[in-house]
Amino acid sequence: MNNPYLPYPVRIDSAITETEDRNLKTFKLVFLNAQDEKKFAYTPGQFAILSVAGLGEIPIGIATSPTEQGFIKFTVNKVGKVTSHLHNMKAGEIMGVRGPMGNWYPWDLLEGKNVVIIGGGFAFTTLRSSIVYMIDPKNRSRFGKIDVVYGARSAGLLLYKDELAEWEKRSDINMHITVDSSSDPNWKYNVGFVPAVTKQKAPSAENAYAIICGPPIMIKFTLPVLTELGFPPERIISSLEMRMKCGIGICGRCNIGTEYVCKDGPVFTLEQLAGLPVEY
Amino acid sequence: MQPYSESIREAAKRLLLEKRVDAVIGFRKGTVPFMNEPFLARTPEQADQLVWDGNCAINLANYLPKRTGSVAIAAKGCDSRSIVIHLLENQIRREQLYVLGIPCQGMTDKRKIADRLNGRQVLQAEENGGKVLVSGRDFEQSFERAEFLQQNCAICTHKNPVLYDELLGQPVEEQQIDRYEQTSKIESMLPEQKRLYFDELVQPCIRCYACRNACPACYCPTCFVDESKPQWLGKTTDPTDTLTFHFLRAFHVAGRCTDCGSCERACPVGIKVRLFTMELEKQVKKLYGYEAGMTQDERPPLDAFRSDDPEPFLG
Amino acid sequence: MSDIYYNAKENFAGVIERLMGRYRVYAPVKQDRCHEFAPLRNAEEADLGFSNTRLSPKGLFHPQAERMFEYSLANDDPQAGIVKEAQKDFSPRVVLGVRPCDAKAFDLDDANFNTETIKDPWWVRRRETTTMIGLACDSPCSTCFCTSMGSGPYDTAGLDVLLVDAGEGYAAEVLSEKGKNTLSVTSGWTPVTSAILPLTHKKKAAEQSVGIAFDPAAIAKKQMLELYNSPTWEEVQFACINCGACTFVCPTCWCFDIQDEVCGDKGERLRLWDSCMFPLFTLHGSGHNPRSQKTQRVRQRFMHKLKYYQDKYNSGPACVGCGRCVQACPVNIDIRQVGRQMAAQTCSQPA
Repeated sequence: MNNPYLPYPVRIDSAITETEDRNLKTFKLVFLNAQDEKKFAYTPGQFAILSVAGLGEIPIGIATSPTEQGFIKFTVNKVGKVTSHLHNMKAGEIMGVRGPMGNWYPWDLLEGKNVVIIGGGFAFTTLRSSIVYMIDPKNRSRFGKIDVVYGARSAGLLLYKDELAEWEKRSDINMHITVDSSSDPNWKYNVGFVPAVTKQKAPSAENAYAIICGPPIMIKFTLPVLTELGFPPERIISSLEMRMKCGIGICGRCNIGTEYVCKDGPVFTLEQLAGLPVEY
Repeated sequence: MQPYSESIREAAKRLLLEKRVDAVIGFRKGTVPFMNEPFLARTPEQADQLVWDGNCAINLANYLPKRTGSVAIAAKGCDSRSIVIHLLENQIRREQLYVLGIPCQGMTDKRKIADRLNGRQVLQAEENGGKVLVSGRDFEQSFERAEFLQQNCAICTHKNPVLYDELLGQPVEEQQIDRYEQTSKIESMLPEQKRLYFDELVQPCIRCYACRNACPACYCPTCFVDESKPQWLGKTTDPTDTLTFHFLRAFHVAGRCTDCGSCERACPVGIKVRLFTMELEKQVKKLYGYEAGMTQDERPPLDAFRSDDPEPFLG
Repeated sequence: MSDIYYNAKENFAGVIERLMGRYRVYAPVKQDRCHEFAPLRNAEEADLGFSNTRLSPKGLFHPQAERMFEYSLANDDPQAGIVKEAQKDFSPRVVLGVRPCDAKAFDLDDANFNTETIKDPWWVRRRETTTMIGLACDSPCSTCFCTSMGSGPYDTAGLDVLLVDAGEGYAAEVLSEKGKNTLSVTSGWTPVTSAILPLTHKKKAAEQSVGIAFDPAAIAKKQMLELYNSPTWEEVQFACINCGACTFVCPTCWCFDIQDEVCGDKGERLRLWDSCMFPLFTLHGSGHNPRSQKTQRVRQRFMHKLKYYQDKYNSGPACVGCGRCVQACPVNIDIRQVGRQMAAQTCSQPA
């Protein structure tokens, strides 16, 4: 019987600091056994459990898209025992990965639709996965317009800065990068909170879905903007953060109402969330 | 047990009607024999549910830390001393409290009675004067309550509240008794015997922490057993980890524990956890002449340094 | 298949010995003033005259601490940091004397541990290799309410064999192939065809002696969010001290934590009983805690057991009415009372 608690052994290929406060690092992981990578076939929106022997496990969104082969990437925020140790680990060291876990963004529903992606801070990881997936030449024609609003407190806190700049230049995706405030005279992009920039850019809700991931306060103020733009609850999609342990819907920790966030989520539409207790 | 139910209800209703307090913390009648449920009465109608008898053992001071608003609280001797500790440790302000002092004649130990009944199940237990009338499916038996008190009550030397705004009954006579007879027996054991004794004592422990959560002195937002950076001890029922938890908790409540017995009462597997705390109580008394919560004018000894603190471990 | 056999009580030590010859046998053993399920060292240790064990037998399938994996952390070990399966003993076992309420609890737990897509390997293997020989309950406790929860003192759910005390002996109702195979290693059983009637009377008497608690179907019919937002939770939660005793003694509480513990250059990954009653249960790494208030945690336990589980699996509640939480709670929070309040909650909309 397959043991869903047993991690696949992986090697850290690189560990890159993403943000100026040094709290976020992107780890590029390579499977030790080739067949494990096949077993790990995932869809954008899913997460995995990173395992560090001797320390513990953490649930992190998968930042790569399945169109990127040979490795998987995770952007990890340093908050506690496991993440602090992980941040000190170097290329070549061994750790583990369990997954993929959870459900994914509803790609079947997004076929032929316009997609509006709204992200804030370091909640952008599975959104990166989604963007890379959609603009891949094999997939781009499946989707309509793609609008992205992504903001952080300052320029130094944005993730994947090089890729953001690359995407900004493309014509098949509308990037609206923003920072809360900037004292940099050379700052090329927007200045303003994500909700405000969303309102300003006013992406059309016609034939469109919105995917929103970010800190609770950002979500709280952006939802009314989306509603005003005409997005109904069943076309606003979010991914919940929750304290998790097993990641497979057994240990009970991430239970909200009838759902396990790790197994029945973490992706939920606003309509689904309206039917659940507000315990997230 | 003196008929306190009436006086508590009367006082509670009066205080609520006068708006002297927002709520009254007491007990209401339980759903099973020998149990009452801690209850918060916010209205005079709810105050009618308040009762007091020999099954009010849980220390109500446990519900005070970080409470907002004004509250009246029913407190027997040990409870009132726990309230003093809370005041000294800034967990609640004196102005918030209206203490209904209850001179206590001890709480009934349902486990002692269960032992005597040898497995026969109790369906009803009625207190009458100094007796408890216990009845089951096919038996009825009367017990002298004074012979079946909780262990901490049997050796209690502070039955009367030390802090109160209103005393609900006549003070009861305090007793002179050697509280440390049992701890002295353990002290006289050889180290290997002691180790065996304590290993056996905590063998049933399932690390549920009911003892800690029932204790009014244990209110740390993150208990040492829950810390992860660093992780002080393991969470399994490993005997060393389990003993460490119990010993360390006893040290943490040293000089603050009023021997209310809530820890023992809460333990679902019946461990006599007071054997740990009693030893610390004895040492604190011996070294510092201090009894927890007797006065607001003196801080617990492990809380303050004085140049004349005894240091017998120094040569 | 419902074959019934009879064996005299004086033969029973022999029956147990035969079982011990082929299986690891767990039975109620007297420990100080209560009983617990323990591995038998000899047949005489088993005490089938018990009422019920203090802790539920869930520890037989889901131990308080389970070593999941082990790993080396030695600097020079090429396998260092790679997590490996720990050796386990899945040799066949018999649980003898389990009460019908507890046996049904394991069926309810199966819905969590053994799903179509995800299977907990240790739970599933243990369930597969364990024969459940139950003992019908003739003297339910005053805190029992199994009949209200869809179980009963003579219920057969989750059992391979049901033993009934028939005075001078035991009647055994064989309920599965596994039960038949297990009993066949013992001897002294005679088939029973008639004279079942006295046992039917006993069953009825036992069922009628169990107190009625509340109707879980009434809770299933109510709207989840209306129950969730009910003002009665404020009153229910006051006494609770979040001690976790209820969750630890409950046979249908399964929540666990996963922790790594290291000693020197070796370590293990453990799974440990945890409780939704503990404040840190839902604490995020960011410091955010969706259930930071006691009210939220108290509500979660009852809503999960009596409402969410019913809605999620379209079945009865995650409670078998064993009454252990009622006995263990140091502040007398009574699930029967809470269930009654939930069932009586007036709701504007149906579920």
